[in-house]
Amino acid sequence: MEGNLNALTTVFTEFYYWATIPLMFFIHIGFCMYEVGASRRRNHMHTLMKNTMLIPLVTITFFFFGWWLYWAMPNGPWITGGLDLAMGEANTPWSETMGPNTGDRITGVFWAAFLLFSWTAASIVSGSVIERINSGAFWILAVVIGSVAWIIDAAWGWHYGGWMVQLLGYHDAYASGVIHAIAGGFALGILVVLGPRLGKFAADGTPREINPHNPWMVCIGLFLIYAGFWGFYVACNVPIIDPGGIGGQITGDTWTATTIYLTPTTLGAITVNFLMSLSGGLLAGYLVSRGNAFWTYSGGLAGIITASAGNDLYHPIHAMIIGGFGTFCAYKLHFWVERKFKIDDAVGAVAVHGYAGFVGLVVCGFVLWGHPSSPYEGYAEINPLGQFVGAIIMFFVLGFLPGWVVAKILAAAGMLRIPKQVELLGLDFATNRDEQAAAADVRATEKAAV
Amino acid sequence: MSTTGIESWAVDLKDVGAIYPFQGMEGLFLIIGVVLWLGWHVLQVRAEKADYDGVVSRHGDEASINEALEGD
Repeated sequence: MEGNLNALTTVFTEFYYWATIPLMFFIHIGFCMYEVGASRRRNHMHTLMKNTMLIPLVTITFFFFGWWLYWAMPNGPWITGGLDLAMGEANTPWSETMGPNTGDRITGVFWAAFLLFSWTAASIVSGSVIERINSGAFWILAVVIGSVAWIIDAAWGWHYGGWMVQLLGYHDAYASGVIHAIAGGFALGILVVLGPRLGKFAADGTPREINPHNPWMVCIGLFLIYAGFWGFYVACNVPIIDPGGIGGQITGDTWTATTIYLTPTTLGAITVNFLMSLSGGLLAGYLVSRGNAFWTYSGGLAGIITASAGNDLYHPIHAMIIGGFGTFCAYKLHFWVERKFKIDDAVGAVAVHGYAGFVGLVVCGFVLWGHPSSPYEGYAEINPLGQFVGAIIMFFVLGFLPGWVVAKILAAAGMLRIPKQVELLGLDFATNRDEQAAAADVRATEKAAV
Repeated sequence: MSTTGIESWAVDLKDVGAIYPFQGMEGLFLIIGVVLWLGWHVLQVRAEKADYDGVVSRHGDEASINEALEGD
C-alpha cells in the first residue's frame, strides 16, 4: 500500500465489507425462523436443516466456481465480448489472492459479501418449497441458484462492465432483480414441477390456509431479515473511491461512495430510503391484508425490495410510495396466482421477492428515465424498456427457467418430492418417534427410582 | 524450510504476497474439494432415500399415518 491515505482507504474498505457480513448473517437466521415457524410441528427439524445446510454447500461451490463466474462473464460471454479470462484468473480457487495474502486485503471480504447474497438467493427459495421437497434435491437446486444462476445475473446486470448495464441501461443498485426477482422466479419454476402440499387445495381447487404453527416466530424471523438487510444494503456500495480510481467521466477530486456500477451515491441517502421504503411497505401491507401480521411484516420486506433498484437515487417519498405500490402488487398477485394456477408458495416468497422485485425494476425505469447508468462513456441511459427486458431476464430467463429445468430433471430421477406417506407422517417422524421412546424410557426409569 | 515460504518476518511486506502453506498445489486442493463436495451429495441422497424407504416400509400403513396426523 502506497502512502498513509491509500493504506487507510484500503483498511477502511476491508473493515467496511467485513462488518456487512455478520449483519447479513441475520438474514439467514431470520429465514430459518420464519420458515420453521411456517412449517407444521411434524416437519420442524427437517425444515431447519434444509435451510441450514445450504450454507456450507453454497459456500464451497461459490469458492470453487461461483466467484469466477462473476468476474469472467460480464460480457455474456459473446454479447459485448468474450469470457473475461484476465479478470476471472485473479478470482479462481487457485489464485493466490484467494488465500491469506499480504498484498490483497479486499478480495476475501468482497467474496464473502457476495457469498452472503448467494445464501440469501437460495434461502428465499427454501421457504416456498417446505414440507414436501427432498432435502437432497433442494440442496442441488440451492447450488444452482446460489453459485450459478444469480452470480451470472450479477455479472450481467450488477457489475460496472455488465452487458445489461452497457446495452440496456439496466439499473438495480440494491438488487430488486439480481437477488429477489431471480430467486422468486426460480422458486416459481420449482413449485410448478413440485406441486402443492397435500391438502392445500380442495377438490374443487379452492385453496386452503395451512396456518403457520407459530405466527409469532414467523414475524420475528421477518424482523430479523429487516435487520440483516442493513448489511445487504451497505455491502452493495463501494464505500469510498476517488474519481481517478473510477477512471470514468467524473471530473475533479471529490471522493465518493458509489453503487456497484461506480455511480455516485451516499450512505445517508440509502439509509433514509431503506427506512422509507420499509415504511411504505408496512403501511400498504397492513391495509391490504387488513392487519394480518404475516403479510404486514412481509409487506415491509416487499417495500424495501421494490424500491431497492433505485434507492440510491429516489427521493425518500418516492421510496415510500414505490415500496407501498410493490407490496400491494405482490399481495394481490400471490393470491391470484395461488387461485388461478394452484401454486402453493408456503411463505409467499415468490410474491414478496419475485413479483415485488420485478415491479421494482419496471418502476425504476420510469422514475429514473434518462439518468446515466454508468460513469463510463457509451453506456445506455436508464430507461423503461431496458428495465422491463432486464426484469424478464432476471425473473424468467435466469430464474424461472433454470429452476423449472433442474426441478424437471430431479423429478424425472425420482429425487424431487418425498414419498406421500412421509409427507403425511411428517419429515421428522422417525426422529420424533425415537426421541419419544427415549423420553418414555427415562421417565419409566425415574418413576422406578421414586 | 517453511511450508509457507516465510522463514523470517525480516521482510518488506510489499514484497511478500501469499502466506499460506503448500503454495503451488492449489489445483490439487481444488480437485480434493470438488470430490468431497460431489461425494457428499451422493452419500446424502442415498442416506435420505434409505431413511424414507425405511419409514414407509415400517410406518406407511393407514393406521400409523392416521395416528401421526392426530398428533400434529
